[in-house]
Amino acid sequence: MAGNHLAKTAFLSKFIFRLDRLRIPIWVLALTFFTIIVPTAFKGLYNSQQERDAMAQTMANPAMTAMTGPADLSNYTIGVMTAHQMLLMTAAVTGLMSILLVTRHTRADEEDGRLELLRSLPVGRLSYLNASLLVVSAACIVLALINGFGLYALGIESMDLEGSLLYGAALGATGLFFAGVTAVFAQASDSSRGTIGYSIAILLISYLFRAITDISNESLSWLSPLAWVTKAEVYDSNNWWPIVLMIAAAMVLFAVANYLNAIRDLDRGFLPSRPGKKYASRFLQSPTGLALRLQRTGIISWAIGMFVLGASYGSVLGDLESFFSDNEAMKQLLKPTEGVTLVEQFIPMLMIVISLMATIPPVMAMNKLRGEEKKERIVHLLSRAVSRTKLLGSYYVISVINGFVMISLAALGLWSAGTAVVEGGLSFGMIFGAALSYYPAMLVMISLAVFLIGFLPKLSGFIWLYVLYSFIVLYLGGLFQFSDWIGSISPFGHVPQAPIEEFSIIPLLLLCLIAGGLALAGFIGFNKRDIEQ
Amino acid sequence: MSLLKVTNLTKKFGKFTALNGVNLELNAGEVLGFIGPNGAGKSTTIRVLLGILKATGGEVKLFNKDAWQDAVDIHKRVAYVPGDVNLWPNLTGGEVIDLFIKLNGTANKAKREELIEKFDLDPSKKCRTYSKGNRQKVALVAAFSSDADLFILDEPTSGLDPLMEKVFQECVMEVKRQGKSVLLSSHILSEVEKLCDRVSIIRQGKIIESGTLNELRHLTRTQMLVGTSMPITGLLDMQGIHEVQESEHGMSFQVDTMQIDAVIRHISQFGIIRLESAPPTLEDLFMRHYEGAKDTGGVR
Ligand SMILES: Nc1ncnc2c1ncn2[C@@H]1O[C@H](COP(=O)(O)OP(=O)(O)O)[C@@H](O)[C@H]1O
Ligand SMILES: [Mg+2]
Repeated sequence: MAGNHLAKTAFLSKFIFRLDRLRIPIWVLALTFFTIIVPTAFKGLYNSQQERDAMAQTMANPAMTAMTGPADLSNYTIGVMTAHQMLLMTAAVTGLMSILLVTRHTRADEEDGRLELLRSLPVGRLSYLNASLLVVSAACIVLALINGFGLYALGIESMDLEGSLLYGAALGATGLFFAGVTAVFAQASDSSRGTIGYSIAILLISYLFRAITDISNESLSWLSPLAWVTKAEVYDSNNWWPIVLMIAAAMVLFAVANYLNAIRDLDRGFLPSRPGKKYASRFLQSPTGLALRLQRTGIISWAIGMFVLGASYGSVLGDLESFFSDNEAMKQLLKPTEGVTLVEQFIPMLMIVISLMATIPPVMAMNKLRGEEKKERIVHLLSRAVSRTKLLGSYYVISVINGFVMISLAALGLWSAGTAVVEGGLSFGMIFGAALSYYPAMLVMISLAVFLIGFLPKLSGFIWLYVLYSFIVLYLGGLFQFSDWIGSISPFGHVPQAPIEEFSIIPLLLLCLIAGGLALAGFIGFNKRDIEQ
Repeated sequence: MSLLKVTNLTKKFGKFTALNGVNLELNAGEVLGFIGPNGAGKSTTIRVLLGILKATGGEVKLFNKDAWQDAVDIHKRVAYVPGDVNLWPNLTGGEVIDLFIKLNGTANKAKREELIEKFDLDPSKKCRTYSKGNRQKVALVAAFSSDADLFILDEPTSGLDPLMEKVFQECVMEVKRQGKSVLLSSHILSEVEKLCDRVSIIRQGKIIESGTLNELRHLTRTQMLVGTSMPITGLLDMQGIHEVQESEHGMSFQVDTMQIDAVIRHISQFGIIRLESAPPTLEDLFMRHYEGAKDTGGVR
């Protein structure tokens, strides 16, 4: 009987792999590339133990612990340093890979009716689910092995074979775990958007929960699966148990997904989808209303997420102050500027991360238009009395406001948590000003998305590469000591780092001007081109 | 007065020529059938009419305005139903209908309810749960409850069952009675025959026939089966006779509509005891052109 349910699983696995024969290798290679490049860079930059200890000292604060997790800073070898600064991030991205790949071949295929076609063939009821899990599991295993042996092959003294394999295994196991999470939500939710949304929510909650508990109560952080990655203490004590736990949890999730799949009907989910309205509300009667309605859930979740992100950074600022006042060496290292508190020195670094995160939802909101075009749904609007300018304009306005709301909420979260924990409170104006000075750079990103939609619609996804680039050069830039021009390719590299740098309005005005020009060009392009898939 | 006039329209996708000098005209109060095999260019033509695609060459006018430049003005008087209706999975059918009606500008609430009833659509269901036919119903309800002057329908019944097809035909007849115009692209020839005043046939991006049904019937053949008391002679030598076959019931053959009179006169000499004739259908016309395409092979 079970055999019947799984008939042709191997065949379907090959089929799925064929469909993703580029997508999967690109994910695996990209993740491997970042894993391998970092210790190589570290080896050049922090060659002596003295340099590494200095680095360890800058890491020894709650803000960094919240971001990267805990590590043994007294034994800061290149191995420990790599695992500390890169493993958690890379594991989270591996989780994202699994979420996207599994959704693609579970709920998304079901929603689009492809699964129904396959089910009409002599394949088992559970075959497709397990075939996609098999393919993603294989990808995770290959990722684990390549990364493990790849790191060992670098021949760096502190990176032994066991630690390297554990590093790879931690990545692979995180991938497996989130494949399991996604497989379960693919049964529970009845749409691919819901599946991705719930799964990413789990990923983010795991990360944030770990961030908060890592600095407040480390044993509580065992509740977050992402924390298990740091608890493996790679290249240090090399603890395999958290990884075994992760794989076991993944297997349980696989089993749950199979069970849920077996007891439900095709196209159904377990989470309730509310009975719908018979009439449109007054709100849903314009292109803007429609666009907002379609993005409602996404906007609200991101808004909450941004506030929480800001608040979690803000909540560590108090510990930061006490930590610095205890630590004379640290004070020396940071060379405090006159009239600027230590907290204020940390603000710009946090702001880069916050503003880049806050750029994601407005760019998504903009690219949503292209998604609607690909799904042949904007035809319904353009074939009625809606002009192209009005359509693109409503998405642009939503996106611009979205960006403002996101960065403001993050600043508000940072301030309200920060002011509660920092002695003497924080100036709201200072925090808000520092956040807002990134807004013109966000506008450039949004407008670049408009430009791509207008002129190069097929390449509209490329905006994400630029966002990723900005993140890498500006967040990791300090670490790698890139030269300045690399950062200046990103609009975010031109923002004065308030409050430590002198505030200057000129670059901000220039960024606004560039944004305006890009948007204008995008509108012209959109008015001239064919609507296409 | 012509509501819609397409002159020498060409449309290229890169190097591929999808439309190659299309001419089309629709007069006020008329229903124009637009037929052709898959990939002939029906949807492409319609998308150019709606200003969704930009013409590579030629002139496209609706209500005497340019389809590309004055798209928004034109669309205030147009209702469109696409062949593939893709809707937002998380909106209900009712919400989508209301949105569409609102965007069209003019609304007729009573008509909306009547049509939802007639088409037997549950407007409280999310679009994700709708079949292709139900999604088409959503677009049809929105289109026919609007106060448009021109209806552009691209294979609107490809997902409907016969009962719903009949409802659709009633809707078209009704707007026609109100003096409105319809451009109906279709595969279903019986439907076109029933509804359309004129047809244009497109193949490989070119209009190959255009005219009223009566005009086009001149080009078609009538299928005949004749039983006579004496054996028929000399039939094969007559003009316009095709596919002659003898059977136990008599002779069956096709005759060009133009030649019917002469042929009937001839065979009546042999003492007719049985006569069956099938009317010429668009199907025949269509098939003949379609076969023609196969005979001559790919033009492009
Ligand atoms: N965006 C496009 N890019 C390239 N070719 C296209 C595009 N849209 C349509 N075509 C081609 O143009 C031809 C006409 O298509 P279409 O108008 O959809 O045909 P019909 O609606 O008559 O079935 C087909 O060969 C189709 O493949
Ligand atoms: Mg078509």
